[in-house]
Amino acid sequence: MNVPRDVGAAPALMETYFHDLASTLDRLLVAGESYTAGFSAEASDFVRMNRGKVRQPGAVVQRYLDVRLIRGAKHAAHRLSLSGDAAADREMLRAATAGLRDALHDLDDDPHLLIATDVHSTRAQRGGPLPPAEVVIDAVLGAANGLDLVGLYAGGSMYRGFANSFGQRNWHEATLFNLQWSLYHRADKAVKSAMSGFTWDERAFAARMDRARTDLVHVAMPAMTLAPGKYRAYLTPAAMEDVASILCWGGFSARALATRQSSLARMQGSDDSGARLDPRITISEATVDGVAPSFQDDGFVRPERVSLIDAGRLVGSLVSPRTAREFSLETNGANGYEAPEALAMAGGTLATGDAVAALGTGLYVGNLHYLNYSDRPAGRMTGMTRFATFWVENGRIVAPVNVLRFDDTLFRMLGANLEALTAETELIAESGTYRERALSGMRLPGALLSELAFTL
Amino acid sequence: MPDADRFTLSDLPPLRLDADFWSLRWVEERSESYAVRKNVALPFSACTDRGVMATVYAGGGCGYAATADTSLAGLSAALERAAAWARATAKFALIDSRTLPRPAPRGEYASPSVATPSRSRREWYELLMNESRAAAIDARIVDWDASIDVVHATHRLVTSEGGDVVQRYRFLFPGMAVTAHANGDTQTRTLHGHRGICQQGGDEVLARFGYEGAMRRIAGEALELLAAPNCPGGTMDVLLMPDQMILQIHESIGHPLELDRILGDERNFAGTSFVTPDMFGSYRYGSDLLNVTFDPTRGEELASYGWDDEGAPAERVSLIRNGILERPLGGATSQLRAGLAGTSNARADNWNRPPIDRMANLNLEPGDATLEDMIAGIDRGVMMETNCSWSIDDSRNKFQFGAERGRLIENGKLGAVVKNPNYRGISASFWRSLVRVGNADTVQVLGSPHCGKGEPSQVIRVGHSSPACVFANVDVFGGEDR
Repeated sequence: MNVPRDVGAAPALMETYFHDLASTLDRLLVAGESYTAGFSAEASDFVRMNRGKVRQPGAVVQRYLDVRLIRGAKHAAHRLSLSGDAAADREMLRAATAGLRDALHDLDDDPHLLIATDVHSTRAQRGGPLPPAEVVIDAVLGAANGLDLVGLYAGGSMYRGFANSFGQRNWHEATLFNLQWSLYHRADKAVKSAMSGFTWDERAFAARMDRARTDLVHVAMPAMTLAPGKYRAYLTPAAMEDVASILCWGGFSARALATRQSSLARMQGSDDSGARLDPRITISEATVDGVAPSFQDDGFVRPERVSLIDAGRLVGSLVSPRTAREFSLETNGANGYEAPEALAMAGGTLATGDAVAALGTGLYVGNLHYLNYSDRPAGRMTGMTRFATFWVENGRIVAPVNVLRFDDTLFRMLGANLEALTAETELIAESGTYRERALSGMRLPGALLSELAFTL
Repeated sequence: MPDADRFTLSDLPPLRLDADFWSLRWVEERSESYAVRKNVALPFSACTDRGVMATVYAGGGCGYAATADTSLAGLSAALERAAAWARATAKFALIDSRTLPRPAPRGEYASPSVATPSRSRREWYELLMNESRAAAIDARIVDWDASIDVVHATHRLVTSEGGDVVQRYRFLFPGMAVTAHANGDTQTRTLHGHRGICQQGGDEVLARFGYEGAMRRIAGEALELLAAPNCPGGTMDVLLMPDQMILQIHESIGHPLELDRILGDERNFAGTSFVTPDMFGSYRYGSDLLNVTFDPTRGEELASYGWDDEGAPAERVSLIRNGILERPLGGATSQLRAGLAGTSNARADNWNRPPIDRMANLNLEPGDATLEDMIAGIDRGVMMETNCSWSIDDSRNKFQFGAERGRLIENGKLGAVVKNPNYRGISASFWRSLVRVGNADTVQVLGSPHCGKGEPSQVIRVGHSSPACVFANVDVFGGEDR
């Protein structure tokens, strides 16, 4: 049987609803006021699985609007969850606007306020209808017959919008799914797989499942325990995602760089005094290639590409409007956290298919887990191996490896110890579902390191 | 008036659910955020978040539907969607919902000072600005901020069995941080970590932690860290202060004892556990000095409540007694699955996520040692304050944690300040090296609003109370040589 969906959250109606909200705000303003409004909504199906069965199935429909009321250099914001009922939501907007108007009396001028006043409206729509989640789950659990599968299917439409009193309207709509699943052999020995996209391709899923079954054979071999030490290592794109994610935690933030809190602060310097990574490391924020919206919460539209590291040198940063005003910089449409949403690292020359052979003898790291900085100013980070991580001898997988902790600096990993990057890069959609489904991703190669320090 | 208070069960239109059980769980939270950074007030922001989670047991399955449409028609539609989910997936159901408890709790819970008037916006900003202005004591101070979030919440759970529980909360989340930079190094000092101070209640929370006037002290400590040598490496004793202990408890006792992790639900995301069901009742988790309780009844602690989000009544229970593992952190559903006694900890972080096993308040019970005794008993070691780095494996065993500030202890005396103190160990053996547990005078009630877990993911509020503790023969190390 099919589950009934909330028709009010369908794409055709959601965009109209958003424009109606903006019109309501236009009418609520009084002389001397302006507003910005960021919209974020989704109609998502979530099916959680464990032991090859369904653990928690359900649906979430949510609509949030961040309204900022501005008068002169004073401003205040209110984030509202909205019901989808036009009359009820208009009343909420009226009350919230009145509350913000009242709040402005208590506030000082904000010297760092910067909003977009040049109107730059955009509209993007990607993805078509997906099959009902219950149909996908039939296929997934049917294929997992007899296997210990655990994971999450998240699918449906996501919406982002921006409106302001200058008449700008931006709309970004994406209907896509993200399926993350692990096949377990026993204890912590497992193979993790992921699939995401705008259309559900059952044959592509079957191929991924076949590959996971094959990898599970390697995982089921007797495990090795390696002593702490330095080993050659190949980090898959999935493992590199964890390394890149920790860099995104303030690493490229113009504010964090200016206040010396970025892990890349050592790379700053107007001359050649800054530390460098290997010349093959080139990183950009490539909104043009990702799934993230091309606009941010203050209405600034992002360039297609912002170069961050070029040939190993720090050449740029992500500058939010507020930071731009504080440090006299030009904003490049970064979000408030100045964190990448479409990070892209250039590939190298090593064919992915040759990575295990090139590794020779060392660690094939399929996934990393729970990274953090052990000395942020030095760019030193620590984390664990996870899932399909193998010991390789003479270009051949010998055994899965019990989890190991690495602790090393970015400047060694992607500097002196970088031996090769894979030619192919992999687009990894962010699977995060904290508060809402993420609409971001990274494009990354695998990396072969001549050594990586393991400590526990 | 919160939406939850307007609802009357008899107003709900007749339901055509053919269900064994249903529940509606309202969450309405209103928050206000105040912050001053480098003597500039950051824009005021408020949030009103409200919605309902409908849960239905039907045909052996269990489904949910979350909606912010809290009209009677919206609630009815959500219940029908949840029922359809239950039936559509019943053939694959991991748990036969016909065997699950059908709770009917009734009552009310309220935080301390829940109805006490709050400071005005101007007063909050005045407090924060005063703190901010105290930070700029040296040109090497490059960044600083003071902030407070105030949250009022109403949660209501209504069940088809006649259950009706209303819980009203007031949370306070104060924080402050100072960053100093010189000669290629950057050091940040906070007041008990990023949002480590977080309690239920009103202004009394600030007084408990000496919030007013603290900025100047932590600014001085940030400068002190800049000038300090790296923490030495080697095997030595560590004295962990409560604002480091809470992280140690959270990561290497709390998460591994979560029964849904032990049952495998989290293996694709947050991870599994080195703890297995057969360990309860006999496994030596730590030394005889280790006593850990689950206590959602301690008024001021962040995750106190009267009932969990499935309607189980809150109850203080022992999890580890004299070092022996007694019971897991598992709500009614997990208890049924595992055949183990557990805790009332089925919790959801908001209206749009279903309940899963969470920590709530997880506390290490005080012992009898004074702080002075603990220091005097250490020949060579480091006292560590305020967590700033955390990493642990997916079985919650091999960990590495870092603190903001260290002080050497030599021959029973506190010595020089050291920076970048880190230590690593293995949960399964680390707690057995617990050799001294501080008395009640050393206890602090702290917590975190940012505990992440679940698919779909949830970030929930947890409370941790701990004394200072000493661990013997720990692998300690400092930062990178510069």
